[in-house]
Formats: sequence, C-alpha cells, structure tokens
Amino acid sequence: MANAKELRKQIGSIKNTQKITSAMEMVAASKMRKAQERMSKGRPYSDHIRTVISHVAMASPEYRHQFMIEREVKRIGYIVVTTDKGLCGGLNINLLKATVKDIKNWVDDGIEIDLCLIGNKGAQFFKSYGGNVVAASSHVSENPQMSDLIGSIKVMLDSFEQGNIDKIFLSNNVFVNTMTQKPTIKQLVPLDAEDEGAERARWDYIYEPDARQLIEGLVTRYLESQVYQAVVENVACEQAAKMIAMKSATDNAGDLVDELELVMNNARQAAITQELSEIVSGAAAV
Amino acid sequence: MAATVHCSIVSAEKEIFSGQVEMVVASGTIGELGFYPGHTPLLTGVKPGPIRLKLEGGEEEIFFASGGYIEVQQTSITVLADTALRADDLDEAAAQAASDKAEQELADNRSDIDFGRVQADIQETAAMLRTIRKYRK
Repeated sequence: MANAKELRKQIGSIKNTQKITSAMEMVAASKMRKAQERMSKGRPYSDHIRTVISHVAMASPEYRHQFMIEREVKRIGYIVVTTDKGLCGGLNINLLKATVKDIKNWVDDGIEIDLCLIGNKGAQFFKSYGGNVVAASSHVSENPQMSDLIGSIKVMLDSFEQGNIDKIFLSNNVFVNTMTQKPTIKQLVPLDAEDEGAERARWDYIYEPDARQLIEGLVTRYLESQVYQAVVENVACEQAAKMIAMKSATDNAGDLVDELELVMNNARQAAITQELSEIVSGAAAV
Repeated sequence: MAATVHCSIVSAEKEIFSGQVEMVVASGTIGELGFYPGHTPLLTGVKPGPIRLKLEGGEEEIFFASGGYIEVQQTSITVLADTALRADDLDEAAAQAASDKAEQELADNRSDIDFGRVQADIQETAAMLRTIRKYRK
C-alpha cells in the first residue's frame, strides 16, 4: 500500500489542478455571457437576410448573380470555423468529424475539396488529416471583426467567381443552449431556396433602382453576415463548452481527492494498527 | 378592421420591431415609398431617413434607419437596416454635434480625410435631424 506521505502530495497536486479548472470555469462562464449576448444580437439580422436571399433565389430575377447559378460540381469549398484553443470538450472534434464525413461523401463521388479554415484547431487537424487548404486565419478574438475574416473568405469567393470551385459550404457549431452545441454544415453559395420544395416561381421583384446593384449589395451583405454570425456563434459555443468541460474537470478532481483521501486514511489507520500490534506483541514477549 | 401585413425591422445589432402593421412608409434610394398589405414583391435600397409604421388601430411609430435594404412580399415586409433606432431614442444634441463635426471636417479641407465617409456622415446626420424635427412630439 502506498505510504501516506506520497498520497498527501498527490492530493495536494490534484487540489491545485482543481483550483485552476474552477477558475477557468468561472472565466468561461463570464465570457460566455458576453459572447452569447453578441450572438443573439446578430441572429435576427442573419436569419432575416437568409430568408430574403432565399426569396430572391426562388424568384426569377432579370439579373442573375454569379452566386445564384448552379453549376456542375467538380470541386467544393468548405469554410470550417473552429476554435483557437482547446480545453473545450468535444466541440471541435464533433464538428470536424461531421465535416470530414460530409467531405468523404463528396470525395467518394470523385469531387475535389478546397478548405478555408478559421481557427487554429481546424488548421492543426487538417495538417495531419490532409486536404487542400487554400486559406486559413487564426487568432480570431472573442469579439471578431468582419475585417479580420473577410480576407480568407474572399479567397474562396474569388475562386468561385473564377469557376475553380462550384459550391461553398460553411461548417460551424450552432449554439442551441449551454449544454448543447450542434455541428452544422450549410450551403453558402450558390444561394439555395431553402426547404421550399416549390418550383422556381414565375414572379420577380420590382427593383429600385437597379437589379444588378441591389442584388450584388444584398449578396455581399448576406455572405458577410452569415460568416460573421458563424464565427460569433462559434465563440459562444467555445465558451459554453469550455465552461462545461471545466466544470466536469473540477467535479472529477473532487471525486479523485475524496477517493485518495479514503486510501490515505486507510493507510494511516493500517500503519497505526500495525504499530500497536507490534508494541503489544513486543510487550507480551518480555 | 383594416388589412395588415407583417413587418419586421432588423439592424445588425438587434430586431427592433416585429408585428402587424397597416402601412409602412420608408425612404428608398430613389424616393419616399409607401407599402400597403398585398404590395407586389419589391426590393430596394434604403437611404438614411425615417421609417414610419402605421400600427393596427391607427397608431404610428417612427424609426430611423441609416441605410440598408427593404424586401417587400405580399404578406411580409422586411427592413434590413445597417443601424436602426426608434425615433424617440434619437438624440438631437448628439446628432447636431456629429453633423457639425462632419461639416467642420469637410470645411477644413485636409488631404487626409476620407471624403466618402465624411459625406456619408453628413447625409446620415442630416437625415437624423430631419427625422427628429419632423416627428418631435
């Protein structure tokens, strides 16, 4: 049986770890509140613009933007939003698993993949997994600015415009609640008339002043808001997942300490018993 | 009861209004526009200016949008504003100060100013002031 001194040392170090994880839990909790607020502020805009865009995609507009035209698919781009730091449970792994599964389906059909990675974890993963990474950006702060993101996204959009890739997907975690974050992959371009099975309607908008200008502006705004929302949402997910991970780490450390204390007390008691029996038998021998 | 249409005004920061309205009046890129329920689909840009909603029962509510887009469907009207405020929340003093500052910048005629931005500022603050003066209760 291990001796009491060693056990005491071990308990001490676990308690230190516990202090750290519980501090990290509290930090994550406060950051999460801010991130959640930021996320919920942006949500209505990105939801509404998505509906508007899907209406536009359903209409038969006089001006068809490049991003509205479906092409035969030969190469696909993925924008994958992950976190920069770890210690947030299965958040990144779940997302990357879902993404890789999706990618595999395409690859099996002989379609090639380009990747645009936002966040360190995705970059690390695809470095070992393999994949054609065309753009990556990391160290996106907790309060992301559109200008930080636009560069890497532009690479993708340009390559779509040049006809190198024929579809772009956006893959990120969606914040459901503190306990649940859902990996989601949605199509960014070409714009799809989502979940409305209806045939392309035979109507069109009245445009004031000019269809081309309006649709271009709207599409740009749409893409920006979708990517921005994805990143903001991912930040909220990261903090929530980190909070949960750190909470369970703290709880686990507590359990470990309890267990080790029991073992330590047993060892101490055994030592005392042994000593006593030695003394008693020593006395009896005299 | 008059017919109504669902209208929502969202800015990049939040959803500022959502509900049934009888009429929407907004300043589009090429002029003032009014929408009644059942309007044919329309897509237009928004100039900085007031957006007037006639609520169910005839009450009016005024908002200020600094730019963006409006999508009109027969059953819904969506205003995607860059920034939007309730007109009551507009601060005349602050708007006046911002307007003065922008005009001063323009008058200084320095070479390092972003001309486009300053002009946009002037337009926006002028529209803000117009909205305030027109609808002040």
